[in-house]
Amino acid sequence: MKILVCISNVPDTTTKVTFTDNNTKFNTVGVQYIINPYDELALTRALEITEKQTGTVTAINVGLADAEPSIRKALAIGATDAVRINADPTDAYFVAEQVAAYAKAENFDLILTGRESIDYNGGQVAGLLGEMLNFPSVNVVTAIEIENGIATMERDIDGGKEKLTCKLPLVASAQKELTEPRIPNMRGIMAARTKPLKVVEPNGAEKTSATISFDMPPAKGLCKMIAPENAEQLIDLLHNEAKII
Amino acid sequence: MSIIVFAESTDGNFKKSTLEAVAYAAEVAKNTSTNCVAVSIGNVDDSKASELAKFGADKIVSIKNDKLIGFVAEAYAKALANIASQENATVIVVSNTYSGKAIAPRVAAKLKAGIVSGVISYPDTSNGFKIRKTVFSGKAFADVNITTAAKVLAITPNTFNTIENNKTANIISVDAGLTDSDFITHSVEISRASGKIPLTEAEIVVSGGRGLKGPENWGLIENLAEALGAATACSKPVSDMHWRPHSEHVGQTGITIKPNLYIAVGISGAIQHLAGVSSSKVIVAINKDPEAPFFKAADYGIVGDAFEVMPKIIEAAKKLKAQHA
Repeated sequence: MKILVCISNVPDTTTKVTFTDNNTKFNTVGVQYIINPYDELALTRALEITEKQTGTVTAINVGLADAEPSIRKALAIGATDAVRINADPTDAYFVAEQVAAYAKAENFDLILTGRESIDYNGGQVAGLLGEMLNFPSVNVVTAIEIENGIATMERDIDGGKEKLTCKLPLVASAQKELTEPRIPNMRGIMAARTKPLKVVEPNGAEKTSATISFDMPPAKGLCKMIAPENAEQLIDLLHNEAKII
Repeated sequence: MSIIVFAESTDGNFKKSTLEAVAYAAEVAKNTSTNCVAVSIGNVDDSKASELAKFGADKIVSIKNDKLIGFVAEAYAKALANIASQENATVIVVSNTYSGKAIAPRVAAKLKAGIVSGVISYPDTSNGFKIRKTVFSGKAFADVNITTAAKVLAITPNTFNTIENNKTANIISVDAGLTDSDFITHSVEISRASGKIPLTEAEIVVSGGRGLKGPENWGLIENLAEALGAATACSKPVSDMHWRPHSEHVGQTGITIKPNLYIAVGISGAIQHLAGVSSSKVIVAINKDPEAPFFKAADYGIVGDAFEVMPKIIEAAKKLKAQHA
């Protein structure tokens, strides 16, 4: 079993989002970067699968050298080896093309991604990869088991869940609930230092989109306070003033 | 040239988000002097499909195939991309629902089209093709320029208005040219909680946090939700402690929602939680801590104990419901 897990390097969830250079760049000053939480679930599930049956887990990142701490963390959590495609990951289409180009030569049985990155919220890489590699893709997967080359999965659908099966190879994107993240132990952290991290230059794929500028949501007006003893007034205000119910 | 829109259906019916997508595509078509072609996949009755004209479709393409009754991402994407090619589509619109998210990138890769998801604006074509989307789970917006000839847009539900008119349109039934090899994933079972409003589609959401002290007190959330016709949600700690299912967790690492009304009970309003709900049109915060950050993001606030104020609010909501029944 050969599994590839796609890892994004993203700002920590507590980050206060600000922009610089006339709102054209994300302000990275003081920002802690982490493995995208959904990707971490994908990685952990991949490790659980290969622990049950033999196999390898390769972590792949499209990013510049500053992403390496997150890649090393993936190795510390347990990935067998890692690949970094040396390019700025500003466009999901471009990222998927880089990963697809690498994966084509490697014959992976399963490719896992997070359901979306918590910074750009695209949720596109799994589907793009599926199409580029001619693999089926299943998104927002909350459970996955592999047996005899068949994946049995559960995924979120609007208003419920769907159970489905698919023969490998397959691309699946991890949703919360898939598993619990693993904290790397000291042995893992030591081992990660010597595990292979290969740096590959990007192919010539062109970007399909470019972020021009950023903006912040308009600030909320003052919060209208209602005395707790008159809490029932809330319903009246929502009905007659906000006209929302 | 045309604008193609995926008319997503569940059990032969269109959802509100589908009608929004059709209306959005019709508006883009109008602004670019092209036609809006709605593509219905699965066995939707012609009488039902014809309703799409009322929301702006100039032409309705219906793909019927027993194998397409259930959603199969690779087959749906191929069918939609085939129609887009035949219609010489410049823009392909889907709603950013779970199914929409599954097919949009596959369609984009087939058509070598740039793709933006979480779209919250109409395209600005005055200088290129600029579109606004939410980033950082709603903490900010980004303006993105798509540079490819064809573009795929996955629009955020509950963001764009629908306008009904008396338009009619022809329904064309087509065979999308699918073969057995386009059906690799197999649906085994679908379970939907009946009678419950899906969180992602809800116009009103009542949400509970740690302030409710335990899952046994969720009647306060559920009763208000029932009286308001709302869906229920929760904060991250609540789902982490398994008081409520993960599918109810809203926030940066859960679901991002955009209802008309979000009522947060006993949730302090951590930055990660606010990211997932701050696009809601009206926000109500109920918390006993006057310093709770949620009050800075809310339109209405009550500083009080949930166990004391919620019964009063539930009673008033029931009264209002009875008046309008």
